[in-house]
Amino acid sequence: MSKKTKEICTVVSQECIGTDIYSLWIQTEEIASEAVPGQFVSLYCKDQSKLLPRPISLCQIDREKGRLRLVYRVTGQGTGTEEFSRLQPGDTIPVLGPLGNGFPLGEAKGKKVLLMGGGIGIPPMLQTAKETEADVTAVLGYRDQLFLDKEFQDYGKVYVATEDGSAGTKGNVLDTVREEQLAADVIFACGPKPMLRAIKAYALEHQIPCWISMEERMACGVGACLGCVCQSTEVDDHSHVHNKRVCKDGPVFLSTEVEL
Amino acid sequence: MINTKVTLAGVELKNPVMTASGTFGSGSEYSEFVDLNKLGAVVTKGVANVPWPGNPVPRVTETCGGMLNAIGLQNPGIDVFCERDIPFLKNYDTKIIVNVCGRSVEDYCQVVERLASEPVDMLEINVSCPNVKEGGIAFGQDPKALEAITKEVKKYAAQPVIMKLSPNVTDITVMAKAAEAGGADVISLINTLTGMKIDINRRTFALANKTGGMSGPAVKPVAVRMVYQAAHAVKIPVIGMGGIATAEDAIEFLMAGATAVSVGTANFFNPYATIQIAEGIQAFMEKQKIHDLGEIIGCVE
Repeated sequence: MSKKTKEICTVVSQECIGTDIYSLWIQTEEIASEAVPGQFVSLYCKDQSKLLPRPISLCQIDREKGRLRLVYRVTGQGTGTEEFSRLQPGDTIPVLGPLGNGFPLGEAKGKKVLLMGGGIGIPPMLQTAKETEADVTAVLGYRDQLFLDKEFQDYGKVYVATEDGSAGTKGNVLDTVREEQLAADVIFACGPKPMLRAIKAYALEHQIPCWISMEERMACGVGACLGCVCQSTEVDDHSHVHNKRVCKDGPVFLSTEVEL
Repeated sequence: MINTKVTLAGVELKNPVMTASGTFGSGSEYSEFVDLNKLGAVVTKGVANVPWPGNPVPRVTETCGGMLNAIGLQNPGIDVFCERDIPFLKNYDTKIIVNVCGRSVEDYCQVVERLASEPVDMLEINVSCPNVKEGGIAFGQDPKALEAITKEVKKYAAQPVIMKLSPNVTDITVMAKAAEAGGADVISLINTLTGMKIDINRRTFALANKTGGMSGPAVKPVAVRMVYQAAHAVKIPVIGMGGIATAEDAIEFLMAGATAVSVGTANFFNPYATIQIAEGIQAFMEKQKIHDLGEIIGCVE
């Protein structure tokens, strides 16, 4: 378990890399050195009327410089993420992390691994691609506009799918997998629930071990409030029901561990 | 020499800062951030006679200066709680207050009876959860039912009993007096205020439960008012809570008449909140040359 800290981080840089998609580099004291791919951090708003931390996945971890890259979507006017999008180099932001469990990279070592990301589920797959010592193929699904896709090319083969057909396969990530006949020994995925549901079914059908990163509305981010549970197949350790905490037991789960 | 100790029904707390039930689990998650030894007491998440799965998600949503939750009292049940959570808390030099929930009077009594032989310091009876269909608030909105359940629980309780009151009533003093008449040793308030939020893009409720309990800094003035009213209505001690995020907030509650305070939602946006508040109260006492908290408890008439 990685040590969690709340720190005031300094913004190194920020750029808009697509419609409503922002890439933010922050300087941390401790969080980056503890972080692993698939974990997330909680960002706090300066606007005190917005109480709850915003959970954002780690897109890149630069342990040497102690920096984290967060790629996130602005969800609307007056939102916390819109506040983050106005941060300039030198500005500060309170951050808690690293939180949750990352992808089990050891399970993929030396194997053929398919990394699938959909929409704002793509960013955490970048650091995962970088750190997975395996034959990496990334399949990235977008509505229309591409982002981060070129950065995956440093770590393996990259395929894209777009809903409008403007790039790559017209359809979703699984349409690409079928069209390109992409085989895998292990799957790591992050994206919207319908996508994860389909990937889980695909993995079961092909008997491929598959880990998925889930999302849910959170409050504390550390496993205390029980706000962000997902239904689990087995009885959970915390409450002895069938509810695993996305923030603490996840966000990465073995696909057969959770009901989608 | 500054004395931050307070006493609730014969139980001495090293300082008046406790955690609010449901926001702090049984302490293990937040022990990564704060030294539980520095807390007056840990009030646990509500525990029932059997495991409860709670409500469907989404269970939480933000509101301006606050939040709504409808967790629905997910908990592992008393057996696991006694085997795992009490031994964990016994590692620390703090008081243990177990919050008890149930669907029927029998449920509550079963848990209370089981806890009689456990090394816990006090019991807090949750008759005010707005997010469960049976039990919870049903007992907390009717003074006769509140008095009756208090009497029943007291029959089985080996530890002092705190009745946790709902703010979702017309007159809080009626409820405070009913708890006192039933034999409560202490009352705590406020639980959350029932609220609703609608997601206009999805054209549905923000919470799967439709309604949820509102908490956070936005509710503090309502809570201070109710604590003040309740403290003047009864002779038993009052634990104040509702939107406490700073030492200054906590001191408001003490001055309104609370003997101790609970920190709840603030843990979610500041995991160090409890300790910072305890330290801030001490700093305030030093600055204002207050030797004993008794000097300011209920000082506003």
